[in-house]
Amino acid sequence: MITETVEAPQERRQARLRTVLLAAGLVLFLLSFVRSVTGATDLASSGTFSATLRVAMPILLAGLGGLYAERAGVVNIGLEGMMILGTWFGAWAGWHWGPWGGVAIGMLGGALGGLIHAVATVSFGIDHIISGVAINILAAGVTRFLSVIAFTNTPGAGITQSPQVKGSIPDVNVPVLSGGHFFGLKTPDVFGVLERKHWFLVSDAGALLKGLTSNVSLLTIAAVALVPLTWWILWRTAIGLRLRSVGEHPVAAESLGVPVYAMKYAGVIVSGALAGLAGTFLVYEEAGIYREGQTAGRGFIALAALIFGNWRPVGVMSGAGLFGYAEALQLRSNPAILALLVFAAIALAITGGWLFLRGHRRGGAALLVLAGLMFWWHAAANKVANEFIAITPYVVTLLVLALAAQRLRPPAADGRRYRKGQIESI
Amino acid sequence: MRLRRALIALLAPASALILAVLVSSIAVLLIHQSPLTAFKDMAQFGVRTDSLIFAANEAIPLFVSGLAVAIGFKMGLFNIGVEGQYTLAALLAAYVGAVTPVPGFLRIILILLVAMTVGAAWASVAGILKVTRGVHEVISTIMLNFIAFGFTSYLLAHLLKQQNRPGDFVVKTKEIPSSGLIPSLNGLLRGLGVHPPAGSDLYGFLPLALALGIVYYVLIWRTRFGFDLRASGFNPNASRVSGVDPRSMVLKVMILSGAVAGLVGMPDLFGLYHRYTIDFVAGLGFTGIAVALVGRNHPVGIALAAFLFGFLDRSAQVLDLVGIPKEITIIMRGVIILCVVIAYEVVRRVVQAQEVKAAAERMRQLSEEGQTEPVPA
Repeated sequence: MITETVEAPQERRQARLRTVLLAAGLVLFLLSFVRSVTGATDLASSGTFSATLRVAMPILLAGLGGLYAERAGVVNIGLEGMMILGTWFGAWAGWHWGPWGGVAIGMLGGALGGLIHAVATVSFGIDHIISGVAINILAAGVTRFLSVIAFTNTPGAGITQSPQVKGSIPDVNVPVLSGGHFFGLKTPDVFGVLERKHWFLVSDAGALLKGLTSNVSLLTIAAVALVPLTWWILWRTAIGLRLRSVGEHPVAAESLGVPVYAMKYAGVIVSGALAGLAGTFLVYEEAGIYREGQTAGRGFIALAALIFGNWRPVGVMSGAGLFGYAEALQLRSNPAILALLVFAAIALAITGGWLFLRGHRRGGAALLVLAGLMFWWHAAANKVANEFIAITPYVVTLLVLALAAQRLRPPAADGRRYRKGQIESI
Repeated sequence: MRLRRALIALLAPASALILAVLVSSIAVLLIHQSPLTAFKDMAQFGVRTDSLIFAANEAIPLFVSGLAVAIGFKMGLFNIGVEGQYTLAALLAAYVGAVTPVPGFLRIILILLVAMTVGAAWASVAGILKVTRGVHEVISTIMLNFIAFGFTSYLLAHLLKQQNRPGDFVVKTKEIPSSGLIPSLNGLLRGLGVHPPAGSDLYGFLPLALALGIVYYVLIWRTRFGFDLRASGFNPNASRVSGVDPRSMVLKVMILSGAVAGLVGMPDLFGLYHRYTIDFVAGLGFTGIAVALVGRNHPVGIALAAFLFGFLDRSAQVLDLVGIPKEITIIMRGVIILCVVIAYEVVRRVVQAQEVKAAAERMRQLSEEGQTEPVPA
């Protein structure tokens, strides 16, 4: 009995790891299959994967930000606003002091948004959604106002955009594997060579690895490193346990001496800082300037990734990767998008068939119908409108919510008001 | 007691407004300008006839949007999706209204009906997802907003746009014939002795919006349905036990809210654009949430809040002339929203604490008089 309770979580974790790896392998196999059949090379080229990485990072960072807040029981609809603050402060500081100043001040700007959210929701007990909406409105107004003060009368800038930021965040190539330099010597580009062979599966894996290891910005490495780090902090440290307990059952947490308010404040402020970092990333890796409306709803996509990922770090990363992939493909080539329809149709058909056999008749049937529609779309159309690619994250999230809502498990007290000393959860 | 309640109710928005003025004064001081002159200029410019008409025109759609949000709020439902609902509704209503061959008056009815149907249909998706799959409406309406934006730009760009003359690059639907538009109220204004300058027309949608406000009031506070709705918001369990089906209630309220949301774009469609274009007015849905919050979901409060926002926007136009960024009003807006909700919450707690104290006092008196059970007054 005792051994069982000790071993069970570990076994479960191993099982989960196996599932994740299996799913990743299956996705790559399918992608490779569709690429060979349709001849759409961009579906699995190193360029696409590299673009995916770049596009997915802001979503990942803001999504991890959302994770910290919601694990502490505070719903953060204000991610978008905190990200906007991050773009502005990051660009402003980057213009003055270069990239690392930009990163620091950008995070600070986002954290300020988080602080406001924490004061409103934790100290004053205001509804989390309302406060988040207010922060989104406030952030848009404040940045516009600050732009007027800081950027007008500056050449190349104005009320809607900043001047070019100074410097850039260095990129790295991994030596030997993707042609990086090693002590000034050029090394071979193993993954690149593999990719150019166009072998089934092997070249696709090469392209994926090449895309993930060449011209990677230091900020990207930091963002990816945050995934295991976040998992470790939240699930392996005392602080993390306290933070999560506050999101699950604040009354119980308080009875054990956990400072509930302090944990919530910490979660929401970290959340804002990460959203701010996501904004700064946008400034540095995409345009080199701040532009109004630059975030373009990415804060909400991050929220979608958080839900898609079932409030877990690796889940958030998969969500960000999926949504980033769709956007990257849209940026690169339209034929590949058409081929992506085949990919999506096969994936839907497999999931639908599996659900159907497992006894979820209605959900499974709905997915099979959807798969059929996608095949038909692929056969009938010769082009997919960009508008439809842009809404992919939202449709996928709605589908996941509609079909797998029972399997999703948000923190139990997420979004609930909590007053110090209250007796029972309301 | 009633008077005291009313005073307390006014305390919250008043203190929020004062705080907003303070914060924006600090912002003005930061750029080395005088807040006093700024507010004086704003007030002077804001009360000009054309400014008031402009502010009213801006307030009308915000009022409708606030009502749409408030219907949901009244039963604890968040319709964050008003933005998407009205965008899609405005496009389809403008298109159908422009291409359907019906005589004048009927065309107006048709446009309004299409708008309400589209808004209701789009909102019902969120309602159905909540009722059948338990998907929280905040998340689904946020997602549906973006899907609606994508659909709208796809439909406009590929299917519903008119063939433009060479050199005209603005993507837009066909213009609605003038017989199918609600005429402005300037004739009425002149009858009242007010002479609006050329170029400022008071939207003819105003009476419709007022009627909508009255219908909202009667529906929520004077009907069985409204009672059930408020009861579900106040205490879902109690109302379920008393025989209200929460699922059908959610669906009905979402549909109702969506139908009103569909009308949000109409004042500007009839009064200004006369067609859907790529630069059709945006953001009314999100501001509507703010308007409903500041107005406490009461029609009069929503109207006042909508007008306040319209007035701030208009009167700030003058600030650019004196070297102060007019965007300061957007900050004021944000501060007002945050402060108002905080102030309401604080007032609620104070009132609650007072009631508890008063009840305890009464109990003590009764026990001193030798009665063990408090007698209901």
